[in-house]
Amino acid sequence: MASVPAVLNSEWTKIRTVSSTIWTLISAFVVTVAMGAALSALLNSQFDDLSAAEQATFDPTFVSFSGTVLGQLAMVVFGVLVVGTEYSSGMIRTSLAAVPQRGSFLFSKIAVAGVLALVVGLATSFVTFFLSQAMLGDRGTDIGAQNVLRAVVGGGIYMGLIAVFSMGVATMLRSSMLSLGILMPFFFLVSQILSAVPGAKSVARYFPDQAGSKIMQVVPDALNSDPAPYGPWGGLGIMALWVVAALAGGYLVLKRRDA
Amino acid sequence: MIEAVGLTKRYGAKTAVHNLSFQVRPGAVTGFLGPNGSGKSTTMRMMLGLDRPTSGHVTIGGHAFRSLPNAPRQVGALLDAKAVHGGRSARNHLLSLAQLAGIPAARVDEVLGVVGLQDVAKKRSNGFSLGMGQRLGIAAALLGDPQVLLFDEPVNGLDPEGILWVRNLMKQLASEGRTVFVSSHLMSEMALTADHLIVIGRGQLLSDMSVTDFISANSADFARVRVPADRPECREKLTASLTEAGGGVMTEPDGALRVTGLGLSRISDLAHESDVRLWELSPHRASLEEAYMRMTQGVVDYRSTADAKEGLQLPPPGYGQPGHEGYAQPGHTPQQSPQEVPQQGWYAPPPPGQNPYAGAPAPTPAATADRTERKTSEDSR
Repeated sequence: MASVPAVLNSEWTKIRTVSSTIWTLISAFVVTVAMGAALSALLNSQFDDLSAAEQATFDPTFVSFSGTVLGQLAMVVFGVLVVGTEYSSGMIRTSLAAVPQRGSFLFSKIAVAGVLALVVGLATSFVTFFLSQAMLGDRGTDIGAQNVLRAVVGGGIYMGLIAVFSMGVATMLRSSMLSLGILMPFFFLVSQILSAVPGAKSVARYFPDQAGSKIMQVVPDALNSDPAPYGPWGGLGIMALWVVAALAGGYLVLKRRDA
Repeated sequence: MIEAVGLTKRYGAKTAVHNLSFQVRPGAVTGFLGPNGSGKSTTMRMMLGLDRPTSGHVTIGGHAFRSLPNAPRQVGALLDAKAVHGGRSARNHLLSLAQLAGIPAARVDEVLGVVGLQDVAKKRSNGFSLGMGQRLGIAAALLGDPQVLLFDEPVNGLDPEGILWVRNLMKQLASEGRTVFVSSHLMSEMALTADHLIVIGRGQLLSDMSVTDFISANSADFARVRVPADRPECREKLTASLTEAGGGVMTEPDGALRVTGLGLSRISDLAHESDVRLWELSPHRASLEEAYMRMTQGVVDYRSTADAKEGLQLPPPGYGQPGHEGYAQPGHTPQQSPQEVPQQGWYAPPPPGQNPYAGAPAPTPAATADRTERKTSEDSR
């Protein structure tokens, strides 16, 4: 039996030796930080144009994570490619012939890629926070303020979980193209649009990205957003349930189906 | 030692492999032959635990593949040369596989040298030709110095030097006491490489025997006999006496006779008794290819049909003559006037009643430059 450390070691070699890893993670970092900083600067200069309710619930921490909406898409691509290229290249057969224990194979791969995404997510989170606070100037907040550290760390965890969720979906669908075709519009359009539609709102707030992003808010109902029936940790918990479901589905598909 | 017992795999209504039982013994190169879609790759995937058999089982060294301790050190496999992430270098690809089994990195450089890829080790594999991909796949199989090796079409895309190298490699691995199982559709290659043959068709075992047994069991050797061209009556006299002695006689287009069922000395004696001079008396051994074609002609799934190009062009004069039915009865023709040997594709026939395609037109190679292939099974997964 291939031991778990050996599989982890091998998966680390696999992940660091393809350029898609570097590029997707750099994109996630750059897009999130650049967009967060830009929006912070914009809001700082346009603060007086905000409605009174928005001014009252102004959340400098949440503003600094505005870039996550786009940056998470790069994390989705990273997660999908980590799993999907095994299938598109046929490498999955070589891998499974070498590691017949499919559970060890899948979870080692996801552990390595997930930890990497988490580390990059945390780095992104801290950089975007400090840069955005600098942009916000006097309206900014401080890492020592109440709940801010929780939001910043939570922002990193959110990025990691999005990547792991994508890996689970890609394992279920066994195809990069199919997974991207479903996940990208979902996170970029469907979730965003439904969360603005009055009737669908109450369902959309349980989507992984909507629930998970609650962790990045410090001020309740930040920027006059709709109140949610769960708190920041509750939201992250809902997202974690989605991730667990995706991984369980992926594991069952990998275990049952022929490679 | 690989052992399959009652191995069956169904994809919905389509049975890819049906009740296959065989053993692959160590110390020999075992060839695995069958037409396209006959279930070769499916069988190899089941050996590697990639596909789950519908029923039956296959074991390697007594263990199901999935329960083998440290599988990469015991079984090396080349399934698909292109099953590599194209963005990863050859060396890193092998390194990731080596790390799985706790194989030191130095071994990676060793096998890269063995397969001759040391100069492109740092290059991304998506720039590799098919032949280089095969070499990389073979390197991956050799990585763990395993006792059991599976190769699916290893010589596809290799240059002549590479083919020779693979042939010698297989033989060398077998001579070291390893179990070597090689699938191929290149008969000439198998004739030179394999010691033992397992032939399947439509997922069922057709034959499991040594190469020499296979050829002699599945083909009729014949003698070519030529009599003076200006003496047709001599030919008829000789034909009559050969037939009387129990031989099968057919005529070739140039007037020579193909005689089966009689030894050369006996033919010579009979000619002498009939007072017929011979201009040629030569032995012809059937090749493995002929033996294989005879064996599998009834179970070919993807048979090309003649491309009539109807509506594309006016048929030139002389075009459109139907191809010869390629499978003629070589011997045991009781008629006095000998049968004509077909000009194309002379194969010994299958036993009667076992060939559902016996009536189907066989293509003449000249008419099949463009091929229309019937696809039935490969896409059904």
